[in-house]
Amino acid sequence: MDPKKPRDSAESESARGAAQFPDEVLERVLSLLASHKDRSAVSLVSKAWYHAERWSRRRVFIGNCYSVTPEIVARRFPNIRSVTLKGKPRFSDFNLVPQNWGADIRSWLAVFADRYPFLEELRLKRMTVTDESLKFLALKFQNFRALSLLSCDGFSTNGLAAIATRCRNLTELDIQENGIDDISGDWLSCFPENFTSLEVLNFASLSSDVEFDALERLVSRCNSLKVLKVNRTITLDQLQRLLVRAPRLTELGTGSFLQELNAHQYSELERAFGGCKNLHTLSGLCEAMALYLPVLYPACANLTFLNLNDAALQHEELAKLLLHCPCLQRLWVLDTVGDDGLEAVALNCPWLEELRVFPANPFDEEVNHGVSESGFLAVSYGCRRLHYVLYFCRQMTNAAVATIVQNCPDFTHFRLCIMNPGQPDYVTNEPMDEAFGAVVKTCTKLQRLAVSGLLTDLTFEYIGRYAKNLETLSVAFAGSSDWAMQCVLGGCPKLRKLEIRDCPFGNAALLSGLEKYESMRSLWMSACKVTMNGCEVLARERPRLNVEVMKDEESSDGQQYKVYVYRTVAGPRRDAPPFVLTL
Amino acid sequence: MEPPPARGRDSAAPKLDTAGEEAELELGLGLSVGGGGGGERAGAKRGRILTARDFPSSVGTKRAADEAVSQEPGGGSPTSGSQVVGWPPIRAYRMNSLVNLAKAPRAEDDISPNEKGKSKDGSEDKTRTSGKSDVDGREQKHIGFVKVNMDGIPIGRKVDLNAHACYETLAQALEDMFFRPAKTVDLTGVEENRQVKKSSKLLNGCSEFVLTYEDKEGDWMLIGDVPWGMFLTAVKRLRIMRTSEVNGIAPRFQQTSERQMRKPI
Repeated sequence: MDPKKPRDSAESESARGAAQFPDEVLERVLSLLASHKDRSAVSLVSKAWYHAERWSRRRVFIGNCYSVTPEIVARRFPNIRSVTLKGKPRFSDFNLVPQNWGADIRSWLAVFADRYPFLEELRLKRMTVTDESLKFLALKFQNFRALSLLSCDGFSTNGLAAIATRCRNLTELDIQENGIDDISGDWLSCFPENFTSLEVLNFASLSSDVEFDALERLVSRCNSLKVLKVNRTITLDQLQRLLVRAPRLTELGTGSFLQELNAHQYSELERAFGGCKNLHTLSGLCEAMALYLPVLYPACANLTFLNLNDAALQHEELAKLLLHCPCLQRLWVLDTVGDDGLEAVALNCPWLEELRVFPANPFDEEVNHGVSESGFLAVSYGCRRLHYVLYFCRQMTNAAVATIVQNCPDFTHFRLCIMNPGQPDYVTNEPMDEAFGAVVKTCTKLQRLAVSGLLTDLTFEYIGRYAKNLETLSVAFAGSSDWAMQCVLGGCPKLRKLEIRDCPFGNAALLSGLEKYESMRSLWMSACKVTMNGCEVLARERPRLNVEVMKDEESSDGQQYKVYVYRTVAGPRRDAPPFVLTL
Repeated sequence: MEPPPARGRDSAAPKLDTAGEEAELELGLGLSVGGGGGGERAGAKRGRILTARDFPSSVGTKRAADEAVSQEPGGGSPTSGSQVVGWPPIRAYRMNSLVNLAKAPRAEDDISPNEKGKSKDGSEDKTRTSGKSDVDGREQKHIGFVKVNMDGIPIGRKVDLNAHACYETLAQALEDMFFRPAKTVDLTGVEENRQVKKSSKLLNGCSEFVLTYEDKEGDWMLIGDVPWGMFLTAVKRLRIMRTSEVNGIAPRFQQTSERQMRKPI
């Protein structure tokens, strides 16, 4: 039941002339718009369109929970059913943000309970969510359907139990990589026996045992289950039993792939996989043994996304597996597959669009050498549609990167992590400036860039000059002077997120962005040369930015700060902990 | 100057670090010459800062080196020596998974299901220890910084346990913190005396000091006995104790190395 809309006839008269539609029709048309960027554009056309848009909007995406208050959101959008919120700065994933920094969902839920009692979906990333909040959610929102928590913290499996117990219409429970207090797997048994609506269940990142019988029954009775990602405690024979009950799965995350199977179990499992004709996403395969990978083959014909970053495969195993995945578009692997493995990718995955290679042993080269520039090169020759790459390696050359982007000029996301900070081109010993120069010159569609290796200001001159579509830039251990950051802030017209750590950029660099920050979502700088003075100047000059400063515990002289700057209409945040100073 | 005889790699007492590598033996505190054979190769330790090896004297390099060096060391002077928090940028959540991945093929490790790290897709990832809560079910946030005291030094330090995924790196960090305080590390750092060691003396019992921790029950335990994940849930604070004061702590010197026999317990 939508709240009644106040009539503003005088205004809508004149606007109607321009809009040529009655409001109801306009709203109906606009309700078909999905993308929030489109909707933002639409809302700027005219007042009538602004109102039509805001009444018709059902989903809202808030990229920085502190940029706005829940009250403001609720006032503008009365009919929201789905909320996506992102909280902490991304570098909190790497322990650069202290505990209790904020981004608690609590205050949002309080407003939503009042203004959006029919809320159906909540998708949170890097927010703090307590068990109390989860219980509140379960209690107050009768229509609640979908909960997705990624990289959040503050809750335990008790909170999940509350959700399972009370949310009668739950269709989605997606718990990924959170700072969760995993007390027990009992939450899974809390789904009532007459509960059948589940379509998405992802508990792969939890570690406690769940009651398998309860899971089996749940899977049996939820006929619409499309996505099932179990955790490591689920064995292969248990998996088999689940698969036969859920042959319509489109996404599967297996549990442990490490188990002794007899011949009968093996063939049963193979048959179960064979029954999964609709699988397009496969993950898990924890500790996969080469011996058993073939059971998967029957299920791989339609796979578009294969996530192997929990399976330390060698290149032979990967090659054999890929032979059975002709439609692969996205592949995530560990670098145990080596350059040879990536050559197999190049040979077998002509439709590949996204590749992510993670390090199996990031802290010790000797255990596993990982991948190098030649693996990446090989993929670029074989997979011309590649546009998203995340690549952790120990060596790279300018020449290789130049060739790679020549082969694949359509990169939208180029995230290269040479794991040794400040490492030059290992062949020429020059900085990696020309590599990233080639990237930004050639890849005109580039939206996201992460740089690494030894980089001088030249890299950033290139970025500022050529990266016209760049929205997100991550920089670490790079640059020689303020000029680098000034180039980026002076160029890059579409820059939204800039995150910098351990670079020699100081106040001049920080302040060169005075004109820019309000058009960006946020800026993060830590372990740089910014001083409190510089931050104060910024805060003074731009009252519509929040300039938050934290003392950097890591710094040797106690003079370094972590600075987080973001635009906001909410003013300084009221929940800042004592170690966060808002200037 | 060569280290005295007992440098046997073959008789290495493999300290059970979670990455599954064998610690190399080394002599006591003062004799850190040649640094565990690590001098010749810049092992890609996490966050290894540049050394002279990265700038061999070719022209191009020199220019690059000069450009880099001419700047004042700006960011990233990590106090814990070779440790750089949050680098490489992998969610610490994934780091726990990696630790368990490394353990998987080792049959002798006793990995209880509850300690298996979390799996899953994640690009650059977030950490949480598989936090077992306190008995009263209180929410246990991840460990973060714990205090470290060393016998003979009045002022303590703090170390971020979440920045580590195994005992080796933790011990290295503590060694750098306490035994090499004068070493300044910076981005451009050409550290002449940099010892790139693959093993930690604190862990393998060849130093004048041992690394201990106080667990939740108030007992002082030797580091290294339990899997890393379990350690994280139990540890309250650390202490670098003189070996001579190690009394009544669970014995761990079980290997037969000459060094160990020479040491009074």
